[in-house]
Amino acid sequence: MSMIEPVETMAEPWDDLDASPALVRSVPAAAPIVPRGSISGRSLTAVVAIMTFLAALTTGAAMVVLNAASDWQSEVGREVTIQVRPTPGRDVEADLRKAADLARAAIGTADVRVYSREESARLVEPWLGSGLALEDLPIPRLIVIKLAAGARPDFTALRQALAAQVATASLDDHRRWIGRMRTMARTAVGGGIAILALVLAATVLSVTFATRGTMAANRPIIEVLHYVGATDVFIADQFQRHFLALGFKGGAIGGGAAILLFAVVEAANSWFAGTAGGDEIAALFGNLTIGVSGYVAILLQVVFMALVTAFASRHTVSRTLKTID
Amino acid sequence: MIRFENVGLRYGLGSEVLRDLNFAIDWHSFQFLTGPSGAGKTSLLRLMLLSLRPTRGLISMFDQDTATLSKDDRANLRRRIGIVFQDFRLLDHMTTYENVALPLRVLGKGESEYRAEVVELLQWVGLGERMEALPAILSGGEKQRAAIARAVIARPQLLLADEPTGNVDPNLGQRLLRLFIELNKSGTAVVIATHDIGLMDEYDARRLVLHEGRLHVYD
Repeated sequence: MSMIEPVETMAEPWDDLDASPALVRSVPAAAPIVPRGSISGRSLTAVVAIMTFLAALTTGAAMVVLNAASDWQSEVGREVTIQVRPTPGRDVEADLRKAADLARAAIGTADVRVYSREESARLVEPWLGSGLALEDLPIPRLIVIKLAAGARPDFTALRQALAAQVATASLDDHRRWIGRMRTMARTAVGGGIAILALVLAATVLSVTFATRGTMAANRPIIEVLHYVGATDVFIADQFQRHFLALGFKGGAIGGGAAILLFAVVEAANSWFAGTAGGDEIAALFGNLTIGVSGYVAILLQVVFMALVTAFASRHTVSRTLKTID
Repeated sequence: MIRFENVGLRYGLGSEVLRDLNFAIDWHSFQFLTGPSGAGKTSLLRLMLLSLRPTRGLISMFDQDTATLSKDDRANLRRRIGIVFQDFRLLDHMTTYENVALPLRVLGKGESEYRAEVVELLQWVGLGERMEALPAILSGGEKQRAAIARAVIARPQLLLADEPTGNVDPNLGQRLLRLFIELNKSGTAVVIATHDIGLMDEYDARRLVLHEGRLHVYD
């Protein structure tokens, strides 16, 4: 070391306490400048874990609703219905046959099913009771048209043909229901985004308070760093590194718990498939799965929460350091 | 190296604790800063360390007017100054080795660059066997030597020491003084704040005496 080379004339000032070479080799790697373990650090890890868990649950729930709505939409959208109203003086069976022929001839039709009189009776049975004589009531008869996958049916042409040839028939392409489902799905996603924003705001506030606490607890370290010539950027870097590690740890715990929960729900869903309860849930929520994209979204949230933790702490540190001369 | 012109310092709205300071610290010089307890020795050292701003007067350091420096410029100037505190100010969660290496880490050096240098200095100050020890288990003398090693590891041009012998026995005090003298011989200007008359009598050097806020220089 050149600085102390001129001291060669002086015998080693502490030669009686000299080190052995073996100890020199065992010097450990440098410790982080901001100490890892602290009560505020552990509390912040827990807060980030809880927030990430809630954010992941919200994202997962929104994705389940979106997937279910998408399934419902595609199911409902694959079918259209023709209603044939019985009118005095007209043969409803003849109208049904005519309407069914028009439907079969329409573009994109995969299958046409005319509901029989008994099937129609069963449809209204829950409301009107059994043993009905449909001829006595003006209950419309139904024709269900299944559309071919990827087909682009021309509903306007079919509607015009029905109006021209079967005046008592009307076409329902379920657009109103699809619109409502879309609105419901959008509302669910909007609610999810609002909850995520609240979770994010709570995380930023928690990190800000934790950073201030950590800075207050580590004030002697900041002072020593200043005395040895550290710039504010260097000090902020040290705190950011510290909080990034805490954020990743908390995020991994919260995100990992959420992934585990969704995996268990998914497994339970497949175990109970075919049972009455399982079928009810499947009818309401689809497969209750968030899919690969859902798991990727949760992993991205873990990274995002860690970055939010790091940048919120850096912002707080930089602002606080500006007030220290 | 350092020039004070009509410098005064007060804390808040109180009376001036330092007034009309006019003196210079030359390159490669050695001086004791002395005076009774409460005379303002630590305040004067903090002014020289740029951790306090004077309420009046001009301080120039390394040919720069300190009043016009940005915060980063002040940090860069501090890198040319080593400081030894009376209470050591070692970081409790770091080993002796890590404490001493801290200024080099702040300079952006990697461990592979500074490792040999830190180990050599620690051996030189007799802490070769205490490199992995945390400050909590070091004796007062060992802490003091670690603090001195940290102050000089980055080869400062100016070394400020606040009561460096205040917590050690006279024998160790003399050995620390020898260390400061050797550092001075290697080119570092040294200012030792002390009220230990015995220590000052050990070495014939310039004395800066603070009394009732004013500085008297005895070359």
